[in-house]
Amino acid sequence: MNTRIQKLREQSLNAVNTISAERGLLITKFYQNELSGKESIPVERAKAFEYILNHKQICINDGELIVGERGPAPKATPTYPEICLHSLKDLEILNTRDKVSFKVDQKTRKSFEDLIIPFWKGRTQRERVFKAVKTEWIDAYEAGIFTEFQEQRAPGHTVAGKKIFRKGMLDLIKNAEEAEQKIDFLNDPDATEKSEELYAMKIVAQALINFAERHSIELEKLAEKNTDKKRKEELKRMAEICRRVPAHAPQTFHEALQHYWFIHLGVITELNPWDSFNPGRLDQHLFPFYASETEHKMLTREDAKELLESFWIKFNNHPSPPKVGVTAQESNTYTDFSLINLGGVNEQGEDATNEVTYLLLDVIEEMRILQPSSMVQVSKKNPDKLLKRAALITKTGFGQPSWFNTEAIIQELLRQGKDIEDARNGGASGCVETGAFGKESYILTGYFNLNKVFEVTLNNGKDPRTGKMIGIETGDPEEFENFQSLFEAFKKQLGHFVRIKLEGNNIIESLYEQEMPVPFLSLIIDDCIQNGKDYNAGGAKYNTSYVQGVGIGSLTDNLTALKYHVFDKKNITMTQMLDALENNFESHEELRHDLIYETPKYGNNDDYADEQAKEIFNAFFEAIDNKPTVRGGKFRINLLPTTSHVYFGSVINAMPDGRKAGEPLSEGISPVQGADRKGPTGVVLSASKLDHLKTGGTLLNQKFSPSFFNNPEGITKFIKLIRTYFRMDGHHIQFNVVNADTLRKAQKEPEKYNDLIVRVAGYSDYFNDLGEELQNEIIKRTEHGSL
Amino acid sequence: MNAGFAESFHFLFTLSTIFYLFHLNILCMEGIIFDIKHYAIHDGPGIRQTIFLKGCPLSCWWCHNPESQKKEIESYTKVNKLDGKKFYKEETIGYRTTTSELMKIIEKDTLFYEESEGGVTFSGGEPLMQTDFLFDLARKTKMNYIHNALDTCGYVSQDDILRLIPYIDLWLYDLKIIDPELHERYTGVSNEIILKNLEFLDETGQDIILRFPVVPGITNTKSNIEQIILFAKTLRNTKRIDILPYHNISKSKYDRFQKKNRMENVKTEGLNAESIQNEFESNGFKVKIGG
Repeated sequence: MNTRIQKLREQSLNAVNTISAERGLLITKFYQNELSGKESIPVERAKAFEYILNHKQICINDGELIVGERGPAPKATPTYPEICLHSLKDLEILNTRDKVSFKVDQKTRKSFEDLIIPFWKGRTQRERVFKAVKTEWIDAYEAGIFTEFQEQRAPGHTVAGKKIFRKGMLDLIKNAEEAEQKIDFLNDPDATEKSEELYAMKIVAQALINFAERHSIELEKLAEKNTDKKRKEELKRMAEICRRVPAHAPQTFHEALQHYWFIHLGVITELNPWDSFNPGRLDQHLFPFYASETEHKMLTREDAKELLESFWIKFNNHPSPPKVGVTAQESNTYTDFSLINLGGVNEQGEDATNEVTYLLLDVIEEMRILQPSSMVQVSKKNPDKLLKRAALITKTGFGQPSWFNTEAIIQELLRQGKDIEDARNGGASGCVETGAFGKESYILTGYFNLNKVFEVTLNNGKDPRTGKMIGIETGDPEEFENFQSLFEAFKKQLGHFVRIKLEGNNIIESLYEQEMPVPFLSLIIDDCIQNGKDYNAGGAKYNTSYVQGVGIGSLTDNLTALKYHVFDKKNITMTQMLDALENNFESHEELRHDLIYETPKYGNNDDYADEQAKEIFNAFFEAIDNKPTVRGGKFRINLLPTTSHVYFGSVINAMPDGRKAGEPLSEGISPVQGADRKGPTGVVLSASKLDHLKTGGTLLNQKFSPSFFNNPEGITKFIKLIRTYFRMDGHHIQFNVVNADTLRKAQKEPEKYNDLIVRVAGYSDYFNDLGEELQNEIIKRTEHGSL
Repeated sequence: MNAGFAESFHFLFTLSTIFYLFHLNILCMEGIIFDIKHYAIHDGPGIRQTIFLKGCPLSCWWCHNPESQKKEIESYTKVNKLDGKKFYKEETIGYRTTTSELMKIIEKDTLFYEESEGGVTFSGGEPLMQTDFLFDLARKTKMNYIHNALDTCGYVSQDDILRLIPYIDLWLYDLKIIDPELHERYTGVSNEIILKNLEFLDETGQDIILRFPVVPGITNTKSNIEQIILFAKTLRNTKRIDILPYHNISKSKYDRFQKKNRMENVKTEGLNAESIQNEFESNGFKVKIGG
């Protein structure tokens, strides 16, 4: 990393998150004063976008090579009052909360109080959503059965395809004009809507060109003032670049990055789509520019690295827009999830790795910042070299890159009906979500709390925390004669809540279609232009709505504990179990011990437990997969939690796996914390019993001690573990490389760390089984990185 | 046909039937193991499963599997902690199992062995203490195309070794102390048979990795290391050695299994692993620290 990048990185890391009223004020002003009232909704939205870009402050930071900020300064984060409106109380929470706070100054507060809040109150999308959904939806939502992404953020979750690296905004305007000419006003009942949508698209494309032009002007001014000759030239060159892109297709490596960045800003300024947009298969997109320029000695590897690192900083300058209400208090870890994809196969199905892949891995290792996040797609066609290089970064323990199975992604997409080329050009975004990059609108609709549904089943339809009847009567659990009856009851309860969730989603998606078109995002994703139809209205080539199942590990252990102790071994009765749960295991410590230590658990390749995981998976899949959405797409499942397993756990009382009330649930498809005692092979064997190919992504987290990577042989064995999991169709795995802090926590709460293996000497052992002195020594060794 | 011939024919027939049934995995041996480790990555190449067989003819002072020494199943009190409270459970060290049962567990990890060129390692204790059980197990894994490694102290009969040779792909062979008296003092037995068996395996061209436990004050002495090098250089085919640094685990494993630990008062001195590595490397050996 050179001095320039070091400085930029420092600036970005030290920049304080703030709430910026800029966008809120501009959009308020536009809807108050500038609006003629005679335009269609898409054209209104397009003109609002244009207004914001024409009036927002241009920010160019010292020394940077890629320019453009969403707010007036790095980490100055806008709000989107047309979607959800921050109250003064929300602003106060954001200002003062412990983790990831956003500072709110007096002037901003005043802007909200005087202008933004009075105008938008009663007119937000969030209010429309809560008004439109049924009471049963509200009840389930409040009980914590599911969350709903689109009550606070616009549908998004898509990734750029290769098109944008080959076309400029002027080309897209031309495409829109061609589509306009094809509209059949005589026979097509949607002709006017199409025409309005295409008109809107042209407005926003031009708006982005103008926005880049404003940067050119600013850059020229700065160049004039600057006394440093080198920087002066640089600024002039950057000004030229901003005149060329995004109007035209990029011609150079630098232009390609700047071009993408303007488009990125367009997407995240238009609305706040969930899970930030990203350039997807970046190594593939950039390679042609890199190859040609390095060949002609116009660019060195070092130049390219510096540009990429400057590009990386831009992502890190853009935290996720914070939420409102209860979630503002709870969700404090949200960065946006721009996940750069590396590796995998190209459109022809060949190994797609190239020099840029390895260059990007160097960048990831050097930058060590949260955003953008990164992943490697591992295909059977990729060489082990890719995995070995990436493993060296995993080893450093900052969670990147995560590991994905290209063949699984392709098969998942094919099962959903995508063309083979689109599947090969696809990847994973957000956390682990599968998508056909550049061609699909795949919306995450919300997390689904499988364990809460189970708790309601154990209470015959009631939520035990409130006593409220939120489910249906599926029978008194004390009357169940066998495990099958219990499971059938759960399935009925599941069907009930899934219906509520999907109905709600259709209502919400219709509201977005009508009220919140996104002509800019529609320019980017095929085939919205060709169809003359908005991204939020089903204009994309593929449309998918995902429901994210959470806590399959916990639920498996809960069901298994009942099957084992109540029905098979008959150690205790259901009545005794329910009594223990009601009392949060108080004066039932012996039972809790047996539930934790003497019960089969998911994650050990033990069929007794894993059978339940398969059954739960099938029930969830059957309830959701292939149901139609209002956008003409399908509902699908994936299994990932982000941080919702913590919130979902907080709304559930004690459970039969020995978990106490309020504690977090298992995450993704990982075993319950500490439940896996047969090493990583046991975990991946259990996890691979789920049918990953029927999902749009699963998340598996694996704890690993750094000592497993301490020599080339250890790294080879590590990558072979990944290869084997992927051979069994596993979708994703990521490694939480433990540090000294984790080990200290394990000393305090050993029951949560039963799975923690550390290397002692020429052998490894479970950390919990070591004496305290030895544990202390290992902590010391881990701290000093000498393992 | 005389009666004697008929009898011996009958005897042979019965014998071959028994072998045939063994071959079909209908008959299988029973033995005692005390642990199975999955994702074992320090016991030979690739990702392995290590099966620990109970019982050992040696009683090394530094033994890091003290629970493995006795051949019989033992009982001990396991302590689980939960919410700061201790729960005591009577458990056994070791359990009886059959080679068929073990095969089911071993085969579950087959894809890992294939992908990483790993396999199974038989360890202990001294696996050859349960010769028939080990033989049956190694034969079954071999028949299933699984790579077999054997971790042995070498204090076993040459006949048994001879019988096993066709089924073992890699011998992890402990070499501790060359001086016979010191060897007897610290391990309980003389090393005569051990060294002889090693020479025999080497001469017959078996794939061997020597394993040298570096125990301060006991094996880690200048003279012992010199002697080990001298001896190892006489071997024709064996050129690899793993150095296993001793770790004082007295406070954990010995306590956990309520065993007496003789290492408490041993002074820690001697060369560090890297210097020993250099010594061996300069004598033409391929060395790995930690196995």
